[in-house]
Amino acid sequence: MVQRVDPAFAQRGGPGGPRPGGPGGPGGPLRIESAKDLKGTARRLMRYLKPHIGSLVGIGILLVATTGFNLVNPYLFGYAVDTAIARGSLTLLARLSLIMLGVFLAGGLLGFIQGYWLTIVSQRILRTIRQDIFDHLQSLSLRFFDQNEAGDLMSRITNDVEAINRGISNVLSQLLSNILTLAGIVIAMLTLSVPLTLVTVLVLPLMLFTAASLARFSRRAFRETQWAIGALNAVSEETIAGVRTIQAFRREQATIERFNQASARARKAGTLAETYIALLPPAISAISTLAIAVVVGVGGWLAIRQAISIGVIVSFITYARNFFEPVRSLSDLYNQFQAAMAGAERIFQLLDVRPDIADKPDAVEMPPIQGHVVFDHVHFGYVPGVPVLKDICLEAKPGQTIALVGPTGAGKTTIVNLLARFYDVDAGRITIDGIDIRDVTQESLRRQLGIVLQEPFLFSGTIMENIRYGRLDATDEEVIEAARLANADQFIRRLPEGYQTDISERGSNLSEGQRQLIAIARTILANPRILILDEATSSVDTRTEIHLQEALLKLMEGRTSFVIAHRLSTIRHADLVLVVHEGQIIERGTHEELLQKRGFYYQLYMSQFRRLEAIERLVLPTGQGAPGAGPALAPSGAV
Amino acid sequence: MNALWKVLRYLKPYRWMVAAGILCTALSVPLDLAVPRLAQRAIDQGIRVGNTQVVLTSALLMVAFAALRVLFATLTGIYAARASQGFGYDLRHTLFSRIQTLSYPELDHMQTGQLMVRVTSDVDMVRMLVSMSMRMLTRAPLMVIGSVIMIYLTKPSLAYIILIIMAAMLGFMVLFAGKVRPLFKRIQEKLGALNTVLQENLAGVKVVRAFVRAHFERKRFADRNQDLYQQAVRAGLMMSIAFPVLFLLMNTATLLVLWVGGSEVIANQLTVGELVAFNNYVLSTMFPLLFLSMMIAFISGAAASAERILEILDLPVAVKEPAQPKRLPAVQGHVAFEHVYFRYNGSGSEDVLQDITFAAEPGETVAIVGATGAGKSTLVYLIPRFYDVTAGRVTIDGVDVRELSFDDLRRHISIVLQEIVLFEGTIRDNIAFGRPDATDEEIITAAKAAQAHDFIMAMPDGYNSWVEARGRNLSGGQRQRIAIARALVMNPSILILDDSTSSVDMETEYKIQQALAEMRRGRTNFIIAQRISSVLHADKIIVLERGRLVGIGTHLSLLAANPVYQDIYYSQMHSDAEQAEFEIAAPAAGGSHAADTIARS
Repeated sequence: MVQRVDPAFAQRGGPGGPRPGGPGGPGGPLRIESAKDLKGTARRLMRYLKPHIGSLVGIGILLVATTGFNLVNPYLFGYAVDTAIARGSLTLLARLSLIMLGVFLAGGLLGFIQGYWLTIVSQRILRTIRQDIFDHLQSLSLRFFDQNEAGDLMSRITNDVEAINRGISNVLSQLLSNILTLAGIVIAMLTLSVPLTLVTVLVLPLMLFTAASLARFSRRAFRETQWAIGALNAVSEETIAGVRTIQAFRREQATIERFNQASARARKAGTLAETYIALLPPAISAISTLAIAVVVGVGGWLAIRQAISIGVIVSFITYARNFFEPVRSLSDLYNQFQAAMAGAERIFQLLDVRPDIADKPDAVEMPPIQGHVVFDHVHFGYVPGVPVLKDICLEAKPGQTIALVGPTGAGKTTIVNLLARFYDVDAGRITIDGIDIRDVTQESLRRQLGIVLQEPFLFSGTIMENIRYGRLDATDEEVIEAARLANADQFIRRLPEGYQTDISERGSNLSEGQRQLIAIARTILANPRILILDEATSSVDTRTEIHLQEALLKLMEGRTSFVIAHRLSTIRHADLVLVVHEGQIIERGTHEELLQKRGFYYQLYMSQFRRLEAIERLVLPTGQGAPGAGPALAPSGAV
Repeated sequence: MNALWKVLRYLKPYRWMVAAGILCTALSVPLDLAVPRLAQRAIDQGIRVGNTQVVLTSALLMVAFAALRVLFATLTGIYAARASQGFGYDLRHTLFSRIQTLSYPELDHMQTGQLMVRVTSDVDMVRMLVSMSMRMLTRAPLMVIGSVIMIYLTKPSLAYIILIIMAAMLGFMVLFAGKVRPLFKRIQEKLGALNTVLQENLAGVKVVRAFVRAHFERKRFADRNQDLYQQAVRAGLMMSIAFPVLFLLMNTATLLVLWVGGSEVIANQLTVGELVAFNNYVLSTMFPLLFLSMMIAFISGAAASAERILEILDLPVAVKEPAQPKRLPAVQGHVAFEHVYFRYNGSGSEDVLQDITFAAEPGETVAIVGATGAGKSTLVYLIPRFYDVTAGRVTIDGVDVRELSFDDLRRHISIVLQEIVLFEGTIRDNIAFGRPDATDEEIITAAKAAQAHDFIMAMPDGYNSWVEARGRNLSGGQRQRIAIARALVMNPSILILDDSTSSVDMETEYKIQQALAEMRRGRTNFIIAQRISSVLHADKIIVLERGRLVGIGTHLSLLAANPVYQDIYYSQMHSDAEQAEFEIAAPAAGGSHAADTIARS
């Protein structure tokens, strides 16, 4: 199918259609972790949070409470040292211990409620986002899927949603608690001793500077690593998928060499990034030790002067230890937030892709189709400026079979793609029973079309489910009847589990021909008014093909049918043969008429027999048969 | 866990770095542990008694320790990064090289995606574990042990508190890990199910659109989505319980210290400074424990990764090179099958090939026809030893293929596989894939024979046009023709085309065959085809049915006598009955009769 070539080229070069900021270049999906439009992305993400605003407020309140409880702990400890222990009062100590126990229990309980509540809310948001993406994909037209690899889309739904997941649950829960912890610690310290607080906080700029510069270096190194890993993945995917070919050509060593190069780049970038990342926690911890030293030094000096109590120093040491953890955590959160935003932005870009084929606002239901199909000066190209079909005119009367023949890439599949309105024409129009197909809803149009593709696509599930895909409300009997009409019943019954046989994802337990028979049964069940067969028999072995042909002829009876075929037998049955070449219909007529014309079709037809002719000339021992056999073949004989 | 240890042996080249890194980590532990002790000293011997000197020296010592700590941490970070990345590189290399040497029987059971996961994320998981171990995991137990020692030094009689709490935490962690692991496994399963729906929806988008099944698909996805949601919430419940409980246990420790220690201070058995230090040590025991508990999931994940990696590394390769291969510098092209039997999984399955015997002479074109699943591809795969025969033997110029080195054997054979794989690069690179030293002339000659030259030249950059990964910017027919050119550049003595012209139109296919016929001197061609028209010209046609050779001969002889061949032939070439009757009669009645009959029709 040559059609696939052009959009793919356009993707690299330029004017391709809607293409949501997908991965560019040859390296595969590489990620640069920051959203281009942070504000807009955040605002849209907020829309997903909005329905849960009540829950989020509740979670926020619980967070404040649990953080508060956590902060009270060192305070109470210091208080206990200063009062109960200093005064030697066991009862006071007991009372304070009980209060602390109560605080812990309450904090734990609230922490649990808050954690579980947040899980539920964030999982609900993720469920909505995933469903939105999937639903949106259902509305997009084929052009989009030509231009976007399934793998990229899959990764968007899994990886980007996961990034949002981490963003939502971690940022929501920890951002607030970290800020509160920081604020709480500062307030607690201030109430205990203003001068000691000031000297402790003096360490803060040093800390922020260290964290920020490390973060800057590490982010750069990290981005580099992402690129290197992306390139490595691309190489691995290609060389693992192609391992059979590589072995056949004895290219293992060269391939390993190529892999090692990419791998070495990833190692180099990774080493740098990891070193930076590894430095941060100990640096922070060292700085917090510095802060403790300051507290002990200055605090001790103050305590000796009786300006503060020992309990205050004790509390301060704990606070100083705890002060820096939130700062580190906040810088982590910043990275996660960035990643989540980048993921969200990519998802929103996907959700923003408008289907290029949409029902008109005043689109009506397609009335029951009689089958009168007209292509009226149709022009079309997958990419602007590269016409694939030029001025196609054709008419099919109800019940007629139209055969489309021509070399690969001539535009045959494109013609039927337009009829099913997988794409819209660039100029001209297509009518069915006099109605422009752009004036009716896509659903009502396609419901009356039946399409059998060259490569049958079946879904995982049972055979019964797969045939029923054609008409969801069909009874088991109707499904079996359709299978019988498709000549599929026999082999299905021979399977150990009959109609309940599970078709594995790749359908490996059925032959290609059997799969095609199931696909035909599915189409029979749908009972379409217009039938499109796109080389439905070409990948099937010859014995199965006889069954297929029978089934297809049955299917075509009484229906307007468009058939793309290589096989002569199919073409001969057609009421009209259209010869498509380089996007134009260059000859039309019945099989016999076209042969008499001795034009392109005649050439095409003859090439099928040329080898037979040549072989017979070679093989037959005496000259007598051979010279006669060639020119005397059926077509020329008829002339 | 066992698997993890086995994979970790790839750390050996970095053992000194690992040792140095761990040493630095270990050295930083006493520095950390000294801090509460110094604070205690400042309080008890400085502040209480008003000794500014002690307070000052304590504070300065803390600063010095902090500086040392940064030094050690930096060294650890550098060692950990270098060792783990080097380890990752080596492991990736070993694994990838291994994959490149797997033979078809193993590859048949693996999907690219599965292998990719092993080379990329599984290796990375284990690598991260190495790095984390050096930086944090070894530190955590050292901190716990060190803290316990310090607690014991501070006040032996209070040490039991910490032991009780530690036991409780460990007990809870073990219990918790057991509960959580299956939950996360279930999440992965649900995620897999969701992805299957998505993947099918994307792959079958034309069918979904054609049958107007968007609603149905939405529902299908929504159901799986709901399953995943429920499972995630269930696991979330466990996690939401776990952390508050662990924190509660930790806080209980503080509480016990306050109550028991406070009572002792009141009874003058303990100083305030000791109490404070004690509390600090309790906290520095608990945090590493908490950290370890969070690491449990990570470690078991890494262990699972290690298992998957080993699965590949330990996989026995079915098709092995002989230890002492025979040399075969040049090949004439005699290929013989002698009573060959083949089945895929040893004894368990059915015979795919049964008692196949035939010989192909140099310069001959041998075609193989038969229904899907008859064993056509399997038959030719035995020649380059993609599979080994179950019984009998395959010989080239009289030498059993199992006695040759892969290099000697495959150098003389070019095969165009059914599933065409092109690589990212220029068209020229792709054609010269097997012989990067091929000249432009050789490449163009091969491309011309494969009928690829014209379309290549029609592309904007000709032979330098870029082929995207897997050749997705080319049509099926173009891919096939480039693959044929790629095989021809090798100038093989044996050429195998496995249904390689199925996407090429008949006219082009005919030209390719003519070109091949011109190049047939000194070359044995094997051609598998679905279309009977592709094989008519062959010197020998082998007819396979369900793994048995049911006919061998030329087109005409088979057409005269072989019912299976007749069946295939008429279903494709002459569906109309009259012609069929004539053709059956033709060889028997002689050529002139044939010509007459055709003329009449």
